[in-house]
Amino acid sequence: MSSDAIVPLLLTLKVASLATVLASIVGIALGKWLGRHRTFTRNVAESLLTLPLVLPPTVLGYYLLVVLGRNGFIGEWLMRWFGVSLIFTWQGAVIAASIAAFPLILRAARASFSDVDAQLENAARSLGASETEVFFRATLPLAWRGILAGALLAFARAMGEFGATLMVAGSLPGRTQTLSLAIYDAVMAGDDARAESMVIISLIAAVVLLIFAAQLLQRRKHT
Amino acid sequence: MCRRWLFLVLIVPLHASAADIVVSAAASLSNSFSEIGKRYEAKHPGDNIVANFAASDVLLKQIEQGAPVDVFASADEQTMDRAAQSNNIEKSTRKDFASNALVLIVGVNAKSPAKLDDLADSDYAHIAIGNPDSVPAGRYAKEALTAAKLWDKIQPQIVPAQNVRQALDYVARGEAQAGFVYATDAETQKEKVRVAMTVPTSTPVRYPIAVTTTSQHADAAKAFVAFVNSADGQAVLKKYGFSAP
Repeated sequence: MSSDAIVPLLLTLKVASLATVLASIVGIALGKWLGRHRTFTRNVAESLLTLPLVLPPTVLGYYLLVVLGRNGFIGEWLMRWFGVSLIFTWQGAVIAASIAAFPLILRAARASFSDVDAQLENAARSLGASETEVFFRATLPLAWRGILAGALLAFARAMGEFGATLMVAGSLPGRTQTLSLAIYDAVMAGDDARAESMVIISLIAAVVLLIFAAQLLQRRKHT
Repeated sequence: MCRRWLFLVLIVPLHASAADIVVSAAASLSNSFSEIGKRYEAKHPGDNIVANFAASDVLLKQIEQGAPVDVFASADEQTMDRAAQSNNIEKSTRKDFASNALVLIVGVNAKSPAKLDDLADSDYAHIAIGNPDSVPAGRYAKEALTAAKLWDKIQPQIVPAQNVRQALDYVARGEAQAGFVYATDAETQKEKVRVAMTVPTSTPVRYPIAVTTTSQHADAAKAFVAFVNSADGQAVLKKYGFSAP
């Protein structure tokens, strides 16, 4: 395996892992906030929050570029106070991937929370648990399997992120060029050998992850 | 009923009308070829120009993989030479139809580099150029920077773009402080970018055009190529800042 392919692979894993962590925190929190009751307003809120999944990645990329860019309101603020810019950085790629992926966790989390037996949560309350304790010691452990399944889908989505990442982080070899971007560049440059070696690595990574995920979900079931 | 309509919607776009001429043209030709296409259509009722703009190498790649393209216009001779070698163009129809200049651009409010060497300064944290592996404008820029012994030095500052217009956009948005594009590209974003200097290239920036060997409408394709080379076509190119070949 050439080092040509290792660098983008490691970068992809780093970006996708961090994006999944970020997306999980936001997705679980919003899933909880939306709650178990399906009112009209909450369904509208859920639909709006699902937009990043439905919109073309280029639309997402455009908005991120406009908001995080040097002249965007978050980008300008970051530049003024911290002297940093997220454009053309791997951190920018993490933001793009986590926004693209978080609706998958949000949806899984909301569905899983709805499936948790309310009586078990009430039992915890009757035993004197605070709302925070109820969430972390009863609701979350009971909903965990569904959320994990969502997180795995989110990780897969983050690994394959292309359009938004390209627009926000660019395709800088060794810095922001993830596997999907590196494969695109290699194909466009007519370097089929390099493209093929990276395609095979992607396939292996995907298969390994799927087997790992199946194992993990299996084990959760028994406990 | 509903299903039948859905079926129609799905199937209709697959059937291009008899005289759809697919023109794959370099990204830097976006504005001029859109207008030339409209003018051609006005003179040839029934013919329909379908323009496909991207980096020249990307277009060639699509043609090599069997994309149904009738006319190919690239931003350099090198890409067209490769198309000729792989027998993808009718060599007799090949003709240079325009020329351009490579320029170094900066944001309107940014400091202009007085000479190429100034690009090594910290003022220019990001320098956008087309990816030299697939974008002719990037190859011209790399050639010039290599000749100035700057290419290796400014490597960490370089932001490779997918095509010349993306490099222009990076500078226009202020994300890159400088960039290499064609004079005609800089012209389209006059209010956001400023030309710091014209960069001499050892290979002149010339645009060749040709009909593909796989064209299903070779006559219409030839007519379009002739139109680009005619006084009408040349007038449009001139309007967008291109020079005669």
